[in-house]
Amino acid sequence: MERILNLLTLFALAMFIVTLTALRRAHIRVEYSVSWLAAAVFLFILSRSHTTLAWLTASLGLSDPVLALIIMVFCVFLVVFYRFSIIISHLKDSNIAMAQRVAILEYQIDSLHEQQSK
Amino acid sequence: MIIIPAFNEEGAVGDVVREVRQVVPDAPVIVLDDCSVDSTRWVAKAAGAHVVSVPHHLGLGGCVQTGYKLAFELGYDYVVRIDGDGQHDPAYIPLILETLRSSDCDMVIGSRFVDGAGGTHTNSSRAIGIWLFRLILRPILGKTVHDPTSGFVGVKRSALAIFSMSFPLEYPEIEALVVLQRKRFRFTEVPCRMRRRKAGRSSITASKSLYYIVHVLLGVFVNVLRFEGRRRRP
Repeated sequence: MERILNLLTLFALAMFIVTLTALRRAHIRVEYSVSWLAAAVFLFILSRSHTTLAWLTASLGLSDPVLALIIMVFCVFLVVFYRFSIIISHLKDSNIAMAQRVAILEYQIDSLHEQQSK
Repeated sequence: MIIIPAFNEEGAVGDVVREVRQVVPDAPVIVLDDCSVDSTRWVAKAAGAHVVSVPHHLGLGGCVQTGYKLAFELGYDYVVRIDGDGQHDPAYIPLILETLRSSDCDMVIGSRFVDGAGGTHTNSSRAIGIWLFRLILRPILGKTVHDPTSGFVGVKRSALAIFSMSFPLEYPEIEALVVLQRKRFRFTEVPCRMRRRKAGRSSITASKSLYYIVHVLLGVFVNVLRFEGRRRRP
């Protein structure tokens, strides 16, 4: 049990550091790093605070804290992935609208050139 | 305006453009090139079409919507969409335009399954798919649409206004019907002959058929459940 919690602590710290490094190198924008930083902090707290984990295990009606831990980790990543799915969908919509606008403007510029050359 | 979405259709699009220009010489013909990697763009231009090229591959829906946006912005009242693979017979464009003008319908579908239509050239798996969609759409649309997957359609400016704002990106034909129905718009079918594609391959391969069915069904139900709900027609 303790070994899993230590591993989770290391994982949370690594996630935090990697995200901060990516932020510093401008590989990730601040608004998109928030989800990962929040997830890292949550997992760190969960792995270090035995009372929080015990409370969660009891709240979920489970007898095994490891199972509660796995469920919580799964939920955290599910929330992060869901948030990014929404962001990607918005980006795809804007990207398509922009591509369509570029195509229409290019067509109109070509038409103007054709009219001028006649 | 006549719009022709095309993706890698260099073998067919030239003939389609020439046929369309013969049938409706006064209408501008716009080929919507969905970032083809072959010479579709140049073949279409050589045949006398104007070409709108999107900067990256958008898929059929995104490509068609580009045409609808352009037509709406340029002030056109009627737009007919015909596929660039040669399956749709341009000889039926006047019938679609006449039906748009003379009826109160906002969209007219060229159908291979209504009385008076000629050849269908539909394989059995596609025919089963069409039958399934017909069955599902019947209670949603309140009437039978015999050929819900037909891409041979004409739309009025009223429908253009809707489609230029909201149009399904992939496999748009069936979802577009639901979008219109939700806005209380009207549509009808006219008989049209379908031919075999002149060149190229259909984007819906056997392996993609299941994805197509699931995607379209999901799109239909999302449109039915959408919050903006049943607005009255303007």
